[in-house]
Amino acid sequence: MPSLGSIRLSFAPWNDPAAKPYISFKNVSKRFGDFTAVDNLSLDVYEREFFSLLGPSGCGKTTLLRMLAGFEEPTEGEIFLDGQSLKGVPPHKRPVNMMFQSYALFPHMSVADNIAFGLKQDGMEKSARDERVAQMLKLVKLEEFAKRKPDQLSGGQRQRVALARAVAKRPKLLLLDEPLGALDKKLREETQFELMDLQQQLGLTFMIVTHDQEEAMTMSDRIAVMDKGIIAQIGTPAEIYEAPNSRYVADFIGSVNILEGKVVSADDAHVTINGGDGQIVGALRGSKAPAEGETAWFAIRPEKMSVSRSKPENVDNAVEGEVWDIAYLGDMTIINVKLDSGNVVQASMINRSRLVEDPIGYEERIWLSFTADSGLVLER
Amino acid sequence: MRRWSWFNITSVMVGFTFLYLPIVLLVIFSFNESRLVTVWAGFSTKWYGELFQNQSILDAAWVTIRVALISASVATVLGTLAAVALVRFPRFNGRTIFTGMVYAPLVMPEVITGLSLLLLFVAINFARGFWTVTLAHITFSLCFVAVVVQSRLVSFDKSLEEAAQDLGCPPFQAFMKVTLPVIFPAVISGWMLAFTLSLDDLVIASFTSGPGATTLPMKIYSQVRLGVTPEINAVCTILIAIVTTGVLIATILNKRRAMQKSRS
Amino acid sequence: MLRAITNRLVIIIPYLWLLFFFLLPFLIVLRIALSDLEYGAPPYTPQFSLADGWNTIWEKLGQLDFENFGFLAGDSLYINSYLSSLQIAFFSTILTLLVGFPLAYGMARAPDGIRPTLLMLVILPFWTSFLIRVYAWIGILKQEGLLNQLLLWLGVIDTPLEILSTNKAVYIGIVYSYLPFMVLPIYSTLEKMDESLVEAARDLGCTRIGAFWKVTARLAVPGILAGCLLVFIPAVGEFVIPDLLGGSSTLMIGKTLWIEFFNNSDWTVASAIAIVLLIVLVVPIVWFQNAQARATEANR
Repeated sequence: MPSLGSIRLSFAPWNDPAAKPYISFKNVSKRFGDFTAVDNLSLDVYEREFFSLLGPSGCGKTTLLRMLAGFEEPTEGEIFLDGQSLKGVPPHKRPVNMMFQSYALFPHMSVADNIAFGLKQDGMEKSARDERVAQMLKLVKLEEFAKRKPDQLSGGQRQRVALARAVAKRPKLLLLDEPLGALDKKLREETQFELMDLQQQLGLTFMIVTHDQEEAMTMSDRIAVMDKGIIAQIGTPAEIYEAPNSRYVADFIGSVNILEGKVVSADDAHVTINGGDGQIVGALRGSKAPAEGETAWFAIRPEKMSVSRSKPENVDNAVEGEVWDIAYLGDMTIINVKLDSGNVVQASMINRSRLVEDPIGYEERIWLSFTADSGLVLER
Repeated sequence: MRRWSWFNITSVMVGFTFLYLPIVLLVIFSFNESRLVTVWAGFSTKWYGELFQNQSILDAAWVTIRVALISASVATVLGTLAAVALVRFPRFNGRTIFTGMVYAPLVMPEVITGLSLLLLFVAINFARGFWTVTLAHITFSLCFVAVVVQSRLVSFDKSLEEAAQDLGCPPFQAFMKVTLPVIFPAVISGWMLAFTLSLDDLVIASFTSGPGATTLPMKIYSQVRLGVTPEINAVCTILIAIVTTGVLIATILNKRRAMQKSRS
Repeated sequence: MLRAITNRLVIIIPYLWLLFFFLLPFLIVLRIALSDLEYGAPPYTPQFSLADGWNTIWEKLGQLDFENFGFLAGDSLYINSYLSSLQIAFFSTILTLLVGFPLAYGMARAPDGIRPTLLMLVILPFWTSFLIRVYAWIGILKQEGLLNQLLLWLGVIDTPLEILSTNKAVYIGIVYSYLPFMVLPIYSTLEKMDESLVEAARDLGCTRIGAFWKVTARLAVPGILAGCLLVFIPAVGEFVIPDLLGGSSTLMIGKTLWIEFFNNSDWTVASAIAIVLLIVLVVPIVWFQNAQARATEANR
């Protein structure tokens, strides 16, 4: 049975019916006056997962995180952690720690004191405390900076202190609010892998809030894409990318081409729709096919299209058009093609060769072809 | 990029000359040989000598310092509480009245505040003296402290307090261990402001003070009515010297701390 | 539970203090303003005591009247004092603005290194005594004072100018003493202003002066407003300056109140003066409070 995406998954507790969720949101709503930030949301997260809440600003992801940390109480519904209800439990009593977007390092304390703060609150003895702080400093590679104050550190260093402080108490659950937002690109990439390694090493459950889809895709076991207070889709990165359940999700992650049409026919694996560019066959999402005559949308990713100058033979789908725009990105080339119907679609090609005979130019007529399984027919 | 034009430089210099010239002249004439404060007759420190013999002035100074220390400290506590109430509790019963009561004394003419407080003390039969002046000073100073602390509290990053709570600190402790240390410079500024206001006040003290509790401004004022003498200049110069030294020390300490930070 | 109590206490403690020491006294002033002058200590009647029965209290309440207010309205001294105070305060405020704005503007435009020093220099006189600074002007403005000496020596005038004990000296005194109150709010508003706004205006065709009027001055309005109210309102009720620098012809209501209370021992009329002064100032005071509240919300 072919799987979505190119990686074999070894860790997938959500598929195991016997597994009990570690975090459980049950019909949680949060309203601020007239504004509904989170709307009747239910979600299960399993132990040792690296889980991302992804969405644009205002979609409610930060509110959800804050409810888990205890800084907001749900207006309706209940949140469970390891089977226990968190209703009425104040933040300082929850076995959850949070890494703040602004890092929130205490400016009047040194790095070591910052990290030790939570341990002191727990009443840990000085010698044990010092040992743990030293461990944490080693973990984030900041051993020489123990006595420095936060304003003497760079952005990347501050981020690591915030991480060390949040992890020092060995919480079972770590919440991270846009942890990589303030870092530059190179640092961000490095830190992404560091965070993943850290999580594996310590065996913790991580829950991250981000608006950066690349970040979510790189680090997560599963992603929840949110839209205006509800969850649009939960799944592994491959599921979200290759099997979005709506145009919203398809459009949110990566680039996608959407072609509209009316359903002509369907079987148990594929759906045919008829639109401005003729008939297109796409994969069926789910088990129930849409009715004939209904409006549906064909969604296909740019990299799934093949480009050729002449009409291709023996293909499931082919459309013709004119090269409208070319963007050379070095590792790949992106072409915007204006089809005869007027729709503009994007195709991308990996530049496998350094030298190319007869490259594509502007205003050339070309054909784009794709198999029936390379795109999805979406009903919404 | 800010550029300082000639007009800017001139206006700043004219402004500061206007501000400082009278003070400078005052200081100079405190060293005047003769009794006049308008004709220079030679350098002499005799007025300072006379000043230290003047028991009534020394007593008044002692009263003033004690009143200022106590009222500044109590006003700082109350003012900080008021600031926290205004910033952290956006909705509570009677908030509008509370806000009004905190801001009104900032601009209220002192004769009104002084008169009203005196009438209060009379109505409850509270003998006028050291404590009535102190209570009066606490009342109007606390509003200034509240405004200073409030403006710092508003720009304070709440996530610091949340982080403390997240790491296990109950809310009150989080305020004491994290928020208060960080806003402390503003609280100190508030204290210094309250101290100066108390040290300086004439009108309210005149209304609310009593026998044995004459403050230094009251004493200076009564002397001034009799005629301007260099002895008064001497008192004023000493006060100016104390205040200037204090401000200079505070500025140097601040600069040194800033330099230490940037060096490491 | 403890948390809820602590929260309440934070509000209640300052609230009760202000209620008792600030608001309540005003009510007492009103009550005295409605009473009659009478020899004794305290010099007013009727006096309520805890021993009074309901009938006595009712009877005493009946003795309260607006006689004192009628007295104020009838005597031109008081009416003129109010009007004169408003006039002097108004023009002083404008003068303070004219002196203070260029100073604040110059400070805001200064290079980064100098600005903290300039700020300290503006605040320093504020730390030194208000009384002292007013007093300093006596020596300067007297007939034989330093200003006249200078002008005579320069040959600008022949006979000494009479400045002290006139309204002119009061204007100078108010501008001098309240200058930091005008400069600080304007400075803090201008300092936060983004330079590139002025550059954008000039890029779009404004002259230097035009850009100043249309951009800088407009953005400085909240600071200017705060500064003006911080000067005007207390200046109306000013006592020390007109007393030390003004003459017998200087009519200011703060001085009138003082004389009424300390020299004439007429607490009832003094109270009536205070109440009317409060009423006169209520509009600017509320304006100030709203401006403050709005400024705080904007910074949140």
